[in-house]
Amino acid sequence: MSVILVLIDHAGGKLCRTSLELLTLARSLGEPTAVFLGPGYDSAQSELAGYGAAAVYVDEQPEFTEYAVVPKVDALAQVAASTAPAAVLIPSSAEGKEIAARLAVRQGWGLIADALDVRLADARLEATQSVFGGTHSVASSVTVGTPIVTVKPGAITAEPAPSQPAEHRIDTTFTDHARAVRVIERSPRTVSGRPDLAEAKIIISGGRGTGGDFSPIEALADVLEAGVGASRAAVDAGWYPHSQQIGQTGKTVSPLLYLACGISGAIQHRAGMQTSKTIVAVNKDPEAPIFDIADFGVVGDLFTIVPKLTDAIQQRRATG
Amino acid sequence: MIIAVLVKYVPDATGARTFTAADSTVDRSGAGLLSELDEYAVEQAILDDALHGSDAPATSLAIAETITKLGNVELIITGMASTDAAMSVVPAMVAERLGLPHIGSVVEFSQADGQATARRDVGAATETVTAALPAVISVTDQSGEPRYPSFKGIMAAKKKQVDTWGLADLGVAPDAVGLSNAWTSVVAITRQPPRAKGEIVTDSGGGAAQLTRFLTSHQFI
Repeated sequence: MSVILVLIDHAGGKLCRTSLELLTLARSLGEPTAVFLGPGYDSAQSELAGYGAAAVYVDEQPEFTEYAVVPKVDALAQVAASTAPAAVLIPSSAEGKEIAARLAVRQGWGLIADALDVRLADARLEATQSVFGGTHSVASSVTVGTPIVTVKPGAITAEPAPSQPAEHRIDTTFTDHARAVRVIERSPRTVSGRPDLAEAKIIISGGRGTGGDFSPIEALADVLEAGVGASRAAVDAGWYPHSQQIGQTGKTVSPLLYLACGISGAIQHRAGMQTSKTIVAVNKDPEAPIFDIADFGVVGDLFTIVPKLTDAIQQRRATG
Repeated sequence: MIIAVLVKYVPDATGARTFTAADSTVDRSGAGLLSELDEYAVEQAILDDALHGSDAPATSLAIAETITKLGNVELIITGMASTDAAMSVVPAMVAERLGLPHIGSVVEFSQADGQATARRDVGAATETVTAALPAVISVTDQSGEPRYPSFKGIMAAKKKQVDTWGLADLGVAPDAVGLSNAWTSVVAITRQPPRAKGEIVTDSGGGAAQLTRFLTSHQFI
């Protein structure tokens, strides 16, 4: 069976959900071979085995956290040389794409970015992307070298599959440029306790219509255990952090339910959420473009409607 | 010091973007504009028919050769992504080809004495990083507001010479770029049916109840 390399995304050994998703995807394509770089393997070991890794290549040298991007490219190139994989899967994060980009040029291998799915079609890898704000779906394949594919978070559902991976400890030889970008400081962004937007099954978003008061949105998100998003207008006004911005210049999400409150639905926002399974909108303006893509919409005041919805949910829970 | 800014001319995202049926490339025949994210990140144009259908690696090759030909480039600034393909990979590819450091997703940037320092948002953390120039820096829309040009600036821009180089000027072989030499190939393009407009109700006291019923019937509650 062909080796499928999976670059594991983690923070000190705590695996990001995308790592589990990519391992699950790799299982459908060949032999998932995880590449774990940086300190913390002890914490990650059992989870990697729990999601079907057939082999793990581990390198815990400090360079992977002290310098940006290139050390990981060096390691991937080295593991690829010894495993001759059929594909390399990398998470579609900002760093993941930089790694994939450099690896592609260095190896002379084709790259497909932001794939939603990867499948085998006549023994050839085919990746699917959603482009132009979700209006077109494109299937592509790599024609030169080993396919490198970056996969969008949340596109694949992670499924556990117990395995006993063969462990290989490696010692990456770093290239001249590996230490060119030095990390002086790293501060984790404040964790809100709410699900990450890339992983949330439900997202409640607020826009200009909130006037800066996100409390009804947060209260609803609390009862639904949902993530909280914000439109660009809300972020630019300083009402919510950019890390929660959804849209063309923010995050693209595809939850099961997206509830847009006080968001007009300009195309730049729609580009970030219009592939959500179910879209609901609440807005005072009956002409708001968000209603064009909503499965259900209420023309009205979010400050009246959203709290009533929150109450109704809480009552339902209370009465069982 | 020469600062190179990479920009891309893209189809208008507010219009109907589509593909050319004949070769599955992005249809660039309609009105286009400067990619919105490049407003945040201009002078050398690369123009050559052989570039049609080039993928990201080929694009990065043409850009890298241009920067080499310019010589003396200390800083290469790009936006975070184009608004058409939005791959975000060309800047890192250019850096790899030129053997330069690349700092991406930059929200704050400064440089002094040949050293660049930048703050970048990556996933769950914010990093402060440093690299020696020359370097490639990709800025996000969080890096600042683009200034409107002054009248004097606009008049000077009108008079400014835009040099155009073709592949031969850059020493790039036509078989290194273009559609037929791309490292990826489009297999199929499917236009997604537009989302059908659902039920829209106007709240006159019962809006929340109707919304609750909708969410319940869809098993969200």
